[in-house]
Amino acid sequence: MAEFVAENLRRRFGDALERVSDEHGDLTVWVDRARVHEVLEHCKRDSELDFCFCMDVTAVDYLTLGGTPRFAVVYHLYSLKTGKRVRVKTGVPEDDPVVQTAVDVWKSTDWFEREVYDMFGIRFEGHPNMKRILCHRDFQGHPLRKDYPADLRWKLLRPDDLLDEISSDEMKRIRARSSYPISE
Amino acid sequence: MVFKDAALTPEEMPKTTPVPNPHGRMPTGVSWEPIESGAGQAVARARGVRVERHLVEELEVDPLAEDLMVVNIGPSHPAMHGTFRLKCWLDGETIVKAIPEIGYLHRCFEKMSEMHPWQEVFPYTDRLNYMSPFLNNVGYAMAVEKLLGIEIPQRAQRIRVILGELSRVMDHFVCVGTNLVDLGALTNFWYLFRGREEIYSLLEHVSGARMMVAYGRIGGLMRDVHEGFEDEVRALLKSLPAYIDDVDRLITDNRIFIDRTRGVHGIRAEEAIDWGWTGPCLRAAGVPYDVRKAHPYYDYDQFDWQIPVGTTGDVYDRYLVRMEEMRQSLSIVEQALDDLPEGPVNIDDWSISPPPKDKVYNTIEGMVAHFKLTFEGVQVPPGEVYSYTEAGNGELGFYLVSEGGGHPFRIHCRAPCFAIYQNIGPSLEGYMLSDIVAILGSLNVIAGELDR
Repeated sequence: MAEFVAENLRRRFGDALERVSDEHGDLTVWVDRARVHEVLEHCKRDSELDFCFCMDVTAVDYLTLGGTPRFAVVYHLYSLKTGKRVRVKTGVPEDDPVVQTAVDVWKSTDWFEREVYDMFGIRFEGHPNMKRILCHRDFQGHPLRKDYPADLRWKLLRPDDLLDEISSDEMKRIRARSSYPISE
Repeated sequence: MVFKDAALTPEEMPKTTPVPNPHGRMPTGVSWEPIESGAGQAVARARGVRVERHLVEELEVDPLAEDLMVVNIGPSHPAMHGTFRLKCWLDGETIVKAIPEIGYLHRCFEKMSEMHPWQEVFPYTDRLNYMSPFLNNVGYAMAVEKLLGIEIPQRAQRIRVILGELSRVMDHFVCVGTNLVDLGALTNFWYLFRGREEIYSLLEHVSGARMMVAYGRIGGLMRDVHEGFEDEVRALLKSLPAYIDDVDRLITDNRIFIDRTRGVHGIRAEEAIDWGWTGPCLRAAGVPYDVRKAHPYYDYDQFDWQIPVGTTGDVYDRYLVRMEEMRQSLSIVEQALDDLPEGPVNIDDWSISPPPKDKVYNTIEGMVAHFKLTFEGVQVPPGEVYSYTEAGNGELGFYLVSEGGGHPFRIHCRAPCFAIYQNIGPSLEGYMLSDIVAILGSLNVIAGELDR
């Protein structure tokens, strides 16, 4: 049982924890969206918790269950030191689907968050490259939303030159590294 | 541009202006003009050729291409082992910038799973990591069983261990074999693929399918193993180590192999953890994290085996870790086989596991249970669960959400490859083009699992 994890989080974020449950042995903590980044950062940096792994970031669309808020973003954390896991969930409303990114806490959340954006349309504020990852860049809509029809098809042909993933600063840096002289 | 076979009047010729070359040092033999989509289409129309728009846009001039050479590796390239694309900007042969693009094999595993009853997701899981399909079956079955709160019979657990470990050996065979063939060592590929064929023959005998076994079931297995299964596994245990030893003798101290792999793509342990790496690649970096030891399931803690770890996390260490893991896996298979218990392989609950066929055809209860299971699906209580197993590439996690009823509300697969492949872009910078094949092969990125 991961009681000390719940206890630690309760002590530190008493008011921000909306709900704590221990279903099927999986500790789940519901956190207010405004403070989820703070909670995640604490989970990683706190010496008692020491959640060095962010194993997974995903989302759930509760539309057909009538859930409010509609979405939940789910983080699965794991600690090598204690061998404990925790699931951090935060509700995200449909009209403002934005969560603060956790890329500055764990690098592994980079693509996980891009996938959540691609599949659910939840944007991660501060993410360095908030772009679709599995679907084509011209794809419309977000397929894992419950109101997205499963049999909808697209004909998408335009290739991605991937240049939007290079910032202008980086472009300068890359040019400076090459053996050819730089010209403006 | 020269249009030899095009009957174009000078007016019809596209109006293009040559790119001013800022350095006056255009590489010999290369010249280009910007081809605007409109101009390209005009040519195509005039020539009576239908050119897809994307083929014209492919010729857009890349601003970095003035200074660097652009090489698109993939999406279909023998060294990529799957369909993913890596766009590289090269300075000579050195990679200055690399950006991966994935999603070419995206087939909506998660969306499709929501459309099917719980028990019909198994064939989809086969196609995640298609090098070791049975391990995915086990991962998914374990997740649903955790949500149902059931424990499967001892015999089914042992068979899952035996076939799972053989699948892991198969996974590593393919990874090591193809990695070596990319580096020019073709012989090892034949040695290892011969072993893989032998395991395939066993799986075919057990499940009826060579590759996409779909042998796992909620609450057990599709059916019990055939008579003579134990002898076949024992024969494998005799023959497989020989293939591993052959490769070991040829490669482990091989100067060419060491020169091409040692110190290539090394990663520090903290870095690997930060990127979410698991499995052999993480263990090669010196972190002894293996789900089978850290959170033992199916009596993995009762077998005598060890976790091999590397030190630098480079390509050579990954090779060594995989070679040793195969031996450890075979040792586990041997121990599991030694006390393979008798008994049923499916849980005795007709609302989860289908009744035997003689009951279906001869009793009304069996018929009803079978009908309800087929049409309504396994009834899973509401709740959510995250279950994790050690698959060929690392921690394979399934996050399931159930609203109650026969269909999953949400299935999310935490694919180990997805995390491992994340830092490929930044980490390739500074390496040579020829290192890419060694690195990609050693990461064992499986497109089916990466794109889901």
